[in-house]
Amino acid sequence: MLKYFLARLLTFLPTFVGVTLISFSFIRLLPGDPIIVMAGERGMSEERYNALMQEFGFDQPILVQYWDYLLGVVQGDLGQSFVTKRPVWDEFFALFPATLELSICAMIFAVMLGLPAGVIAAVNRGKLPDRLFMSIALVGYSMPIFWWALLLIIVFSGNLGMTPVSGRIDLLYYFDSTTGFMLIDSLLSGQEGAFRSAVRHLILPVIVLGTIPLAVIARQTRSAMLEVLSEDYIRTARAKGLTPARVNGIHALRNALIPVITVIGLMVGTLLAGAILTETIFSWPGIGKWMVDSIFRRDYPVVQGGLMLIAVMVMIVNLTVDVLYGFINPKIRKR
Amino acid sequence: MPLLEIRNLTVEFATASGPFRAVDGADIVVESGDILAIVGESGSGKSVMMMAMMGLLPWTATVTSDVMRFDGQDLADLSTRERRRLMGKDIAMIFQEPMSSLNPCFNVGYQIKEALRQHLGLDRKERHNRAIELLEQVGIPSPEKRLNVFPHQLSGGMNQRVMIAMAIACSPRLLIADEPTTALDVTIQAQVLDLLTGLQRDTGMAMILITHDMGVVAETAERVSVQYAGQKVEEQPVTDLFATPHHPYTFALLAALPERATEKHLPTIKGVVPGQFDRPSGCLFSPRCTFADETCKSTPPAVQPASLGYARCHYPISAKTEETA
Ligand SMILES: Nc1ncnc2c1ncn2[C@@H]1O[C@H](COP(=O)(O)OP(=O)(O)O)[C@@H](O)[C@H]1O
Ligand SMILES: [Mg+2]
Repeated sequence: MLKYFLARLLTFLPTFVGVTLISFSFIRLLPGDPIIVMAGERGMSEERYNALMQEFGFDQPILVQYWDYLLGVVQGDLGQSFVTKRPVWDEFFALFPATLELSICAMIFAVMLGLPAGVIAAVNRGKLPDRLFMSIALVGYSMPIFWWALLLIIVFSGNLGMTPVSGRIDLLYYFDSTTGFMLIDSLLSGQEGAFRSAVRHLILPVIVLGTIPLAVIARQTRSAMLEVLSEDYIRTARAKGLTPARVNGIHALRNALIPVITVIGLMVGTLLAGAILTETIFSWPGIGKWMVDSIFRRDYPVVQGGLMLIAVMVMIVNLTVDVLYGFINPKIRKR
Repeated sequence: MPLLEIRNLTVEFATASGPFRAVDGADIVVESGDILAIVGESGSGKSVMMMAMMGLLPWTATVTSDVMRFDGQDLADLSTRERRRLMGKDIAMIFQEPMSSLNPCFNVGYQIKEALRQHLGLDRKERHNRAIELLEQVGIPSPEKRLNVFPHQLSGGMNQRVMIAMAIACSPRLLIADEPTTALDVTIQAQVLDLLTGLQRDTGMAMILITHDMGVVAETAERVSVQYAGQKVEEQPVTDLFATPHHPYTFALLAALPERATEKHLPTIKGVVPGQFDRPSGCLFSPRCTFADETCKSTPPAVQPASLGYARCHYPISAKTEETA
């Protein structure tokens, strides 16, 4: 198992180098000069401009800039934001819990609804529940996030006034962040109604972000279940006189989970991409919104550092999924 | 009263290209403690017949029968819940492919104990002890350790032993073994057959042994039913069947046994079991039968009396005609 883990870790090395390269070049390929953007409407003198060029190292050849960046990354130094002058690293981890909270809740939402929907659809193949769930999944999958979010906002916030449209909690409440997770912090604060408010703020963003994963999980679960249900060991389980709940929910689902877990792992990237849009729509103060703002400001260190950290997160999740995979599938564990 | 009595069982599959009759008026009667062998080439509907009885067929199958009774209970009348209470307890089944018949995600102990919990309501400790006892009974060495092993870590023969342990876990009164040795190596085949007959003798359970191998039949069964294209074509006690087969199909199956071969090459029956599209209108065996004439090709034969092995044939072979033949 350890050997397997290390081997997987090694394969991440080239990916990692690629990620630094892409994150470095992406922002530089966008038109616009960060110093001009920084100067804003006031403009800037020639000397000041040149001094800043030198300070940020933009006068160096591009390869030297990349090399400096790479050296920094290896030492855990991602530079500091042009705008706030704070280390990228600190800013990222101050905002990351908000994104993590949103993403985890969206994933839980997607799994809790997607798995049962997929199982029920597969067991009732071709019948009404199957058709209904799969049609809904198709619609959910094809729905543009922006449009879907606006629709939900109009109905639930506008017409029904049930949910707030921005932020993580009502301004009414104020407490220090201990864990960075609003659900936990609001509980810890002991303030009445704080937790409820946090939950209500989460509902719409979670639905918006979780819809595509929900659809993917439901469809993947269904197809994995269909494959598994025709296996010999399912016949054995039924011949043993087990209840359908046990046959489908334990014998079949356990095997069907193997491909589903892989898909869930692969979807973390999609989820983070979706988080950027969702956070922007709902003014959710996470790294997605931070990244978008930084791109508009041409804040090079933030964009390249943020992109890289996001990519590393995705890689870590994929590695975790690989390990999890081994636990679920005994055949892999032994190799 | 027989333990299991099935009369005129018919199974029809709805397929994309129309209905297909996989079992066509088959009868099965098994007395308590009896071993019945069902022989026939692959594709004759042997597995489908057993699955129909167990209620394991997909929804595309339509099962009809005049009588389907186990121990006096009408199986067709049972609710699915009542039927589940019977399956795996009083009637157990083992299958052809031991490697794929066990769930790869659960260890052997879990899968055996699961049957014990479902039907006997034993507590944890009792289940554990009983599982060890069962593995011992089917001849698996160091059973306590084997409980934690996954199916892919065992050989086919060992997996089949696990399947057998699981099947006899709740002391069934009828064990259905569907080609239990077909997927195994020749040396292992004999061991597993010995195990099955030994268990049958010790526990007194009845057994239906399904096979396409006449050689297996000779060593194990008491009565033999020969099945062809979904129909029972002959049934006799095993010694009588080997001595005087009445149906030409049985005759041909026996002639194909290695020890009976008179020439260098094994005689085989030319052709294959008719499928969905080439079902003859007369006797189903007529296209492959060396004795068939126009009557055979046009008219389905009636069933002959017991003295002629219930042979479904216009011209059953009797001892006399065999001499002249
Ligand atoms: N689910 C099914 N749908 C359609 N046809 C089937 C199905 N299962 C089995 N059959 C057909 O029924 C016939 C008998 O199959 P089977 O009982 O497995 O034969 P045997 O066990 O005697 O080798 C075969 O022609 C097979 O193709
Ligand atoms: Mg078969």
